[in-house]
Amino acid sequence: MATMIENEVPQGLNADPMIPQLYRVDRVRDETDDTFTFSLVPENGEAKISFLPGQFNMLYVFGTGEVPISISGNPALTSVLEHTTRSVGIVTKAMCLLKPGDQIGVRGPFGSHWPLNEENGRDLVIISGGIGLAPLRPVLYFLMAQREKYRKIVLLYGARAPEDILFKKELERWRGKFDLEVQVTVDRAASGWRGNVGVVTPLVARAPFDPSNTVALLCGPEVMMRFAVMELQKRGVPHDRIYLSMERNMKCALGYCGHCQYGPGFVCKDGPVYRFDQIVSVFGKSEV
Amino acid sequence: MIHTLETVIREHPFFHDFPEEHLSFITGCAKNVQFPEKHFIFLEGDPADEFYFIREGMVSVEMVIPHLGATTVQTLGEGEILGWSWVSPPYRWHFNAKTLKRTRALVFDAKCLRAKCEEDHNLGYEMLKRFASIITSRLDATRLQLLDIYGHND
Ligand SMILES: Cc1cc2nc3c(=O)[nH]c(=O)nc-3n(C[C@H](O)[C@H](O)[C@H](O)COP(=O)(O)OP(=O)(O)OC[C@H]3O[C@@H](n4cnc5c(N)ncnc54)[C@H](O)[C@@H]3O)c2cc1C
Ligand code: FES
Repeated sequence: MATMIENEVPQGLNADPMIPQLYRVDRVRDETDDTFTFSLVPENGEAKISFLPGQFNMLYVFGTGEVPISISGNPALTSVLEHTTRSVGIVTKAMCLLKPGDQIGVRGPFGSHWPLNEENGRDLVIISGGIGLAPLRPVLYFLMAQREKYRKIVLLYGARAPEDILFKKELERWRGKFDLEVQVTVDRAASGWRGNVGVVTPLVARAPFDPSNTVALLCGPEVMMRFAVMELQKRGVPHDRIYLSMERNMKCALGYCGHCQYGPGFVCKDGPVYRFDQIVSVFGKSEV
Repeated sequence: MIHTLETVIREHPFFHDFPEEHLSFITGCAKNVQFPEKHFIFLEGDPADEFYFIREGMVSVEMVIPHLGATTVQTLGEGEILGWSWVSPPYRWHFNAKTLKRTRALVFDAKCLRAKCEEDHNLGYEMLKRFASIITSRLDATRLQLLDIYGHND
């Protein structure tokens, strides 16, 4: 499968992409009870960080293991690297225990990116669920700096419960600051919640965008993306204007080991961001 | 621009491709309504003799659970349809519907529509096709909610 990236994509700081670069945890911010954001700085303080929204790094918790985590920070900042991680298992739980001053290994950035410079002048609809908002946060930073590139911008975000909503303060700030329609919904809520309740996908039907001139960016659990694609199809958004970020287990992140095979390609090289028409034949197939 | 009831109905996606000959009857069953915030539009167990197109605002579909109180299972907003218990016996609401904001809607006299659908099966089929699609979407959404797709580390 052809890679999505036709233009120049940032390479890692190291000449050998198999060797992690040493970073230091500068700050830890708790987003929810199981999700945290690291601000990392290179131990070699001179290195400049460069990535495109949608790309990921392999984060190595020494003595435990290495996992792929999307970059969630502002792409315009070259001195600090941000990652938002939900602790689910062995490595991410160990990562959650790191404190400011601790070291972590970083390889990357790897993979394809959201088509932010390729799809200007259209409406933009961003559909995300759960931790899926993290890989889209750099997109929102980008849009904040270059709002004029798009017409309407709509963010539809689903979380499990109000206390699981990521980047709450930023969502409020972005909504107020740069003409962004934000609709948040939760699967379940106690009586004090005054927002939407229900899954995120039905919000697509009533979201204010022009389907004939819209590009859609999707990131979240795969089943959520399947239903979101159906809703976008119902509204008439063409397959070649729907982009999704896919996840598979990874080891090398370089297209060598085959762990992340997805159809005829590899998520680490050809993805994680795919244009839907390029994966339509394998998307949602349980055996792929 | 003033929208007549018929224009509003005709332009609603629910009535997309609806046979012309039934539109004036449907329009005759509809009227505009407004509800203040925190108003119960209907209550669980009451007769389900109408349904609503929400034009503006937000409605919570909720159930009272002992010890938990009123629990929202879904919210509905602009452009969405509220209420399909009028379609099948015993024609009673299964949930409460309460406004979370001031809400404007079109209310349809479903009792009259139900009788007309019994008489005219073409109209009945057109209505059922559309409500079946809403019910399917709501069922899909409920299944996704049940799957707890965002997972949790309890
Ligand atoms: C390209 C890419 C980008 C990613 N970006 C992020 C990110 O920004 N933030 C983030 O928190 N996670 C992200 N992930 C997922 C993250 O890599 C996994 O959660 C992590 O590898 C789990 O490792 P672990 O050792 O902690 O868990 P393991 O011990 O390997 O697994 C523990 C449990 O977690 C489940 N699990 C493992 N991987 C995943 C997964 N991908 N999704 C859901 N459940 C999983 C397992 O089924 C198991 O039940 C990304 C994955 C990919 C491929
Ligand atoms: S992780 Fe090794 S091929 Fe993708």
